[in-house]
Amino acid sequence: MILFDKVTKTYAKSTRPALDEVSMEVERGEFVFVVGQSGSGKSTLLRLAIREQRATKGTVLVAGRDLRTLPDRRVPLLRREIGTVFQDFRLLPGKTVFDNVAFALQVIGKSRAVIRQTVPETLRIVGLDGKAKRYPHELSGGEQQRVAIARAIVNKPTILLADEPTGNLDPGTSEGIVSLLDRINRSGTTVLMATHDKGIVDDFDKRVVELVEGRIVRDEAHGVYGTSTSSLPTSSAEIADDAPTRKLRLPFSRGAQGPEASA
Amino acid sequence: MRPSVILRETASGLRRNLSMAVSVILVTMISMYLLGLGLLANRQVDTMKDYWYDRVQVSVFLCVEGSQYPACAGKATTPEQREQIRTQLEQMRPPVKDIYYESQAEAFKRFKEQFKNSPLGEQATERAFADSFRVSLTDPAKYDVIVSSFQGAPGVGRVQDQKQLLDRFFAFMNVVSWGAIALSGIMVLAAILLMSTTIRQTAFSRRRETGIMRLVGASNTTIQLPFILETLIAALLGSGMALGLLYATVHYGVSGYLSKTLLDTAFIGTPDVIAIGPIILGGVVLLAISTSWVTLRRYLRV
Repeated sequence: MILFDKVTKTYAKSTRPALDEVSMEVERGEFVFVVGQSGSGKSTLLRLAIREQRATKGTVLVAGRDLRTLPDRRVPLLRREIGTVFQDFRLLPGKTVFDNVAFALQVIGKSRAVIRQTVPETLRIVGLDGKAKRYPHELSGGEQQRVAIARAIVNKPTILLADEPTGNLDPGTSEGIVSLLDRINRSGTTVLMATHDKGIVDDFDKRVVELVEGRIVRDEAHGVYGTSTSSLPTSSAEIADDAPTRKLRLPFSRGAQGPEASA
Repeated sequence: MRPSVILRETASGLRRNLSMAVSVILVTMISMYLLGLGLLANRQVDTMKDYWYDRVQVSVFLCVEGSQYPACAGKATTPEQREQIRTQLEQMRPPVKDIYYESQAEAFKRFKEQFKNSPLGEQATERAFADSFRVSLTDPAKYDVIVSSFQGAPGVGRVQDQKQLLDRFFAFMNVVSWGAIALSGIMVLAAILLMSTTIRQTAFSRRRETGIMRLVGASNTTIQLPFILETLIAALLGSGMALGLLYATVHYGVSGYLSKTLLDTAFIGTPDVIAIGPIILGGVVLLAISTSWVTLRRYLRV
């Protein structure tokens, strides 16, 4: 469903690549947590998957399309097969819950009849039955994220990308959101969720891919978030092997990560 | 996207950005009004040209006793010479259209009439004038045929072509009207820049919507069309108002006042405003669409 083959992404004004020779494959119907510190490349990975950015090197295949050769005018068609959810919800404050979800269908030309049928259905799936006429500011954070998820899945995408969807939510609410994503996944949608929420990752027992400084250092079928003792030594050893020139920088980066990871 | 959705987005965009829309309308109106004035001035010059060139005459001045013209050698034209000139002119139809003989006394009377309010009229004496044939031509550009036939002929003092005088006048008027168009070009540039700034501002204020549209897979056309339509509507309103102003200017200022005050020349009328209407509207449509398209290419990428 999603394939990264030796993908490198370098931003114009940065010396270190945001992603460095990343290879991974996500099968249809899988649920994958992508974990790592801020700046480890999680968001870049998701942005490459929806062709918001192009890889500097390597191949990205999503839903059967080679994103390296996909012409710009076909990008909208790719994105209609992918739902996207963000930490900051990105709802339109002037529109009701119903209109926010309907907007996603309107702008791709769906008929009024389809919208009238699909939107309430989707709101029921995400547990917002009866809140269709509310405005975003009248909802809790968790409910707002449910609206965002409804908008992401209303067009029945095959892939759902979630970039830190629980980043602004308390643990209880977060759990509810990830349970919802899990349910969506069980109905056949491939879910790729970037997070650094340790509790969530440990509780849900899913495949975990860990990024450190743009490299995949761990890919476990039933992983946990990892701790400074389990994940970081692995990562430093791998990086040290592959890139001897990095050795000098490692103590600093590890030093910076250590307290945060254990905190 | 369905047209109703695009129109709704356009309308809500105009509503939310009303002050910007109004500024685009006003700047378009002023720049198109100035451009229109320039174009109308150009047409006025053409109208006057047609009017005057139709009335332009070649004068064949004859000799009188004591003529200043060197060709006369101080002697008056004999009646035989005069009749010969007339016959020769008659044989030249066309390009000769009408021949009118004006005597020294008539020429003096006409001059006094024309300059009755000027000291020039009081100082003139009949002796300063000469008998002449006034010749109008089917094609005023062919005056050199008359000049080459009569310049230096016996009894002919001088051949004068009014068209040469008019040419100098119209060359000057042309410079003035083209200058007006060039000046309005600067206003049009201001209009383009303002449109571009407005679109950028609107695109920025709506980046949340357009961001979501891109994420859920809306096509570029769907995302950009409301912006283009907003600019187009504002620009069309502005140029429509400019045309209204131009119509009023010509209707009340030119047809209603100038042409009733200055009777001896021709003026443009409201049909001229209707004639430049398509140029201005078409230009504005082209301008608004190309400006917004170029701006959006830079600020609303996929």
